[in-house]
Amino acid sequence: MRLQDTEVVDTFAEAFPMWGARIVTTAESPAWAQKAARSLTGFATSVIGCKCEAGIERDLDLSETPDGRPGVSALLFANDREGLAKRLVERIGQSVLTCPTTACFNGLDAPETVDVGGQLRFFGDGYQASKVLDGRRYWRVPVMEGEFLVEERFAVAEGVAGGNIIILGRDVAGALRAAEAAAAAMRAVRDVILPFPGGIARSGSKVGSRYSGLIASTNESLCPTLRAQVPHTDVPEDVGSVLEIVIDGLTLEAVREAMARGLEAAAGAGATHVTAGNYGGNLGPHHIELRGLVPDLRDD
Amino acid sequence: VALTLTLREPPTVPLETEGLSPDGLAARSRGEVEALTVWHGNGRAQVGDFFAVSGDGGDELRVEGDLRRVKFLGAGMSAGRLVVAGDAGMHTGADMSGGELVVEGDVGDFAATGMRGGRLVVRGSAGHELGGAQPGEHAGMRGGEIVVHGDAGDRLGAGLRRGLIAVAGRVGEAAGLRMLAGTIVSLGALGPHPGAAMRRGTIVAMSQVTLLPTFSYACSYQPPFLRLYLRHLRALGLPLTDEQIAGRYARWSGDALELRRGEVLILES
Repeated sequence: MRLQDTEVVDTFAEAFPMWGARIVTTAESPAWAQKAARSLTGFATSVIGCKCEAGIERDLDLSETPDGRPGVSALLFANDREGLAKRLVERIGQSVLTCPTTACFNGLDAPETVDVGGQLRFFGDGYQASKVLDGRRYWRVPVMEGEFLVEERFAVAEGVAGGNIIILGRDVAGALRAAEAAAAAMRAVRDVILPFPGGIARSGSKVGSRYSGLIASTNESLCPTLRAQVPHTDVPEDVGSVLEIVIDGLTLEAVREAMARGLEAAAGAGATHVTAGNYGGNLGPHHIELRGLVPDLRDD
Repeated sequence: VALTLTLREPPTVPLETEGLSPDGLAARSRGEVEALTVWHGNGRAQVGDFFAVSGDGGDELRVEGDLRRVKFLGAGMSAGRLVVAGDAGMHTGADMSGGELVVEGDVGDFAATGMRGGRLVVRGSAGHELGGAQPGEHAGMRGGEIVVHGDAGDRLGAGLRRGLIAVAGRVGEAAGLRMLAGTIVSLGALGPHPGAAMRRGTIVAMSQVTLLPTFSYACSYQPPFLRLYLRHLRALGLPLTDEQIAGRYARWSGDALELRRGEVLILES
């Protein structure tokens, strides 16, 4: 299949369920809200090594935050509900509670909730106090700077992780240019995050390894340097670099929309090929076909 | 058209109307409503003896007329909307647990005592003991919201345990007396000795206050939670300014005769 001058492989991305939450962090200035959100979502590229995946969704207007201050919305995903609850407590406790002038709120509307502020309140060592407004409980935790305000319960919902597109270019510069354009286009989609640095991963992995105990290792079939060395390669002759964009979202529709926008943008920015990662359909229940994602996609 | 009860003429002695609430009347025919019991002084009477009933049953009830001697309007209501077109008597909204009760005029003493949920909106002023304890009980309001656009009397929120009471105008003496928790917001002048014997909870004042000597100054800061409360109250129609919402407040802790875990927050000019 082709989209503009880009060859699109007729394949699918294999995504799987993960539990997600939306965290709204506010502060006295957009800069401090950003600092807290970056720390909150740091070291959260993959559940393989970080126990969760997280990213900044978007900046929030003053009218969109509960306290009318500058805010940032972030999404955090983990394998199960219990794990997500633990990661929320750890990360909000270490990255938002500690950050000057911040407050932290649940930003998701879903029936299931987990206790977050109700755990963090203990930092107050008995001096904490709660407030209930409009059916929501908030905890006021006294800190040296003043007071940290955190919502007691955060909604969690089953989302979709592992949506992806893989962008191939003639060299690193070309692949990176196309991937940057794709990531920028994807960031405009609500309800999704791109958990890797800058939204882009250079080290897509396969399941397992020749070394026991390693659950993931380099995807040699997409490594250009191994093209002449491995029994099977998916790297075409004119390709010198491959990059992947992983998408986690609160809904399958949002992940599909992000993939579509990324595909279009990558093609417009000169990707030689675009493909997607899957495990033969055996791992995840969600198969997002590249065919049909974009109306202008045509068969060769 | 909402179910409407129109008082034909003011009763000579107080008329007690417990059960006249939107959820209490929703499933009743007009005849059934007219046959409901009310107490006129110490005598049993029927709704139809005093009120003309019109409109259909639904989740909204409207009560009209000179209701200053009509007690317990909306008492115990748990859902729906009750509009009192004018002044309402004592104990209005007592023990309500849900729904919205709007009094377009003034409301008498002991309104919303024992309230557990829902919202009482008073367009005029409220009497004494608003949101306080039912006579003979220790704990006052346990949940819900009270919004008064005019003034309020003494001992507002006495024994308050949870919930929000906000008054746009003046508030009398000893607001938050013996309060256990919850929040009181006074936008006008706040009478002396707020929070006497309070254990926990918050009283917010927008003007200078005469505090008991058992309150101690802690610091001046911008309470993060207060922005949520004040924005919420502005959305409900109270005249809050950006300066009040984002302002600095002096925090006074007390009452030292109790736990000293309550606070009076006073806006700094």
